[in-house]
Amino acid sequence: METAKKHFFIDISVMLGRSMRHIFRSMDTIITVTITPIAMMLLFVYVFGGAIKTGTDNYVNYLLPGILLMAIASGIAYTAFRLFTDVQKGIFQRFHTMPISRSALLWGHVLTSLVSNAISVAVIILVALIMGFRSSAGVLPWLAVAGILALFTLALTWVAAIAGLSAKTVDGASAFSYPLIFLPFISSAFVPTESMPTVVRVFAENQPVTSIVESIRALLAGQPLHNDIWIALAWCVGIMLVAYVFAMRVYKKKV
Amino acid sequence: MQTKSIQVKGLRKSYKHLEVLKGVDFEVEQGSIFALLGSNGAGKTTVVKILTTLLAPDGGTAAINGFDVSSQQDEVRQAISLTGQFAAVDEILTGRENLIMIAKLRYLKNPRQVAEDMLKRFGLTEAADRRASTYSGGMRRRLDIALSLVGKPKIIFLDEPTTGLDPEARIEVWKVVKELADGGTTVLLTTQYLEEAEQLADRIAILHEGRIIASGTLSDLKKLYPATKVEYIEKQPSLEEIFLSIIGKKEAM
Repeated sequence: METAKKHFFIDISVMLGRSMRHIFRSMDTIITVTITPIAMMLLFVYVFGGAIKTGTDNYVNYLLPGILLMAIASGIAYTAFRLFTDVQKGIFQRFHTMPISRSALLWGHVLTSLVSNAISVAVIILVALIMGFRSSAGVLPWLAVAGILALFTLALTWVAAIAGLSAKTVDGASAFSYPLIFLPFISSAFVPTESMPTVVRVFAENQPVTSIVESIRALLAGQPLHNDIWIALAWCVGIMLVAYVFAMRVYKKKV
Repeated sequence: MQTKSIQVKGLRKSYKHLEVLKGVDFEVEQGSIFALLGSNGAGKTTVVKILTTLLAPDGGTAAINGFDVSSQQDEVRQAISLTGQFAAVDEILTGRENLIMIAKLRYLKNPRQVAEDMLKRFGLTEAADRRASTYSGGMRRRLDIALSLVGKPKIIFLDEPTTGLDPEARIEVWKVVKELADGGTTVLLTTQYLEEAEQLADRIAILHEGRIIASGTLSDLKKLYPATKVEYIEKQPSLEEIFLSIIGKKEAM
C-alpha cells in the first residue's frame, strides 16, 4: 500500500511535468488565456468604464474579479483540449497498459490546469495593478481569494474533463467553454445587477459568478463578507463534486 | 514452470451487435515471435487490446505469464508493453524526454542513463533533443518501440508495427524485433503483410472473421495452402529488393 501511494505521487508529478512542458512549449495557449481577459479589462476600464456607474470610484477594483473568472473559464478550455488530444493519440493507450495509477493521468491534467490558471491570474493581477487596481486586503483575505479561485478552477476543470473525454472533435472539446466565458457578462462582474430588467436580473443574481465575484470583491476591498461567500463555496464545491463523479465515470468507460 | 507467455482460450468480443471475436484460441511460447495475420477488420487490434488490458473480453479467458487479463491487470501490466497502431509518443516532448518520462513511470533508478542507452541502441542520439513531432515515420516508430522496451518487459505487443513505414524503416523494425526475440523477449505482432509474418514469426496464426482459421509455423502453413497463395507472398520482397537496390542500399537483413 505504501509503495502504491508513493507511486501515485510519482505518477502525478511525471504527468504534471509533462503537461506543463506542453504548455510552456505552446506559448499561444498562455497568451490567449491571458491576453484576451486583459484586452477585455482595458476595453471596459478605458472605453466603457466612464459610462458605467458602479458606485465605486475605482472601476478596475470593481472589474478585476470578473475578469479573473473569465480568464479561468477560457483557460480550462485548453485542459479539455489537451485531454482530448491525449485520448485520441496513442499515448493514453501506452500509459494505460503500464502498471501506473489510472487516475494519475487525469489528476496530472487537473493539477496542470490549476498551475497554469494560477499563472495567468497572477499576470492579470499585475496588469491590473499597473492600471490602478489597489487592495487594502491583508495576507489572509488574499489567501481566501486564492482559495476561492482555486476551487472555481477545480470545479470548471472537472467540467472540462467531461468535455475533453467525451468530445468527438477538437472543436467540441473546447466549444463548451464559450458559454462559461460569457457567464460573467450576465452577472455583477461588470455592472451592478440593479440596472438589469427583472428576468435577467434574477438570473444574474442567482448564477454562481455573481456570488463568487461579490465574495472576491468584498475580500479584496476589506469589506465584511455576506452570505455570498457560502453561496459561492456551495456552487464551487457542488459543481466540482458532480463534475468529478461524471468525469470519472466517462473516464472509466474510456479505458 | 511457465513456458507459455500467452494463453488465449475461446476469446469473444462484440461491439454492440457486431461480433468481432467469435472464440479465438492460441498460445505463444516464451521467447518466440508470434504473428497474428489478418486483413483490416479481422479483429487483430481487438485481440491486442484485450491482451493488454485496454478492453475487457465478453467471454473466454486470456492469460499473460499465467495472470488473467481481467482479474490480475496489475500483474499483467508489469509484464507487458504495447506499441500500438498509432505511434504512442508524446510529440511535443523530445525523444529523450519521452524516454525519461516512461523510465520514471516504470520507477527505474536512473532514468537519464536508461534514456541515453535507448537512444544509442535505436540510433536516435542525434535527434534526441528534437521534438518527436519533427521525426520521420521510421524514427517515430523506433522511438515508439524504444519506449516500449524501457524497463525490459517480458512480453511485447506490436500492433501493425510497420504499417505506413517505408521499406527501409520496415527493415529496421524487423531487425529490432528479431533482436528482441534473441534476447528472450516474447513478441506478439499483428500484421496485414504476409511477408512480415514470413520474415519474422516463429509461428503464425491467421485471424479471419473473428476466428483463427489456421496456425502453425510457416512450413506448416505452406503445406496447407495452394501455390497461388505462395506466389503472392513471394512477389512483394522482389519489388522491395528492386526498390532498395535502386536507392543504393544493401538489404540489412
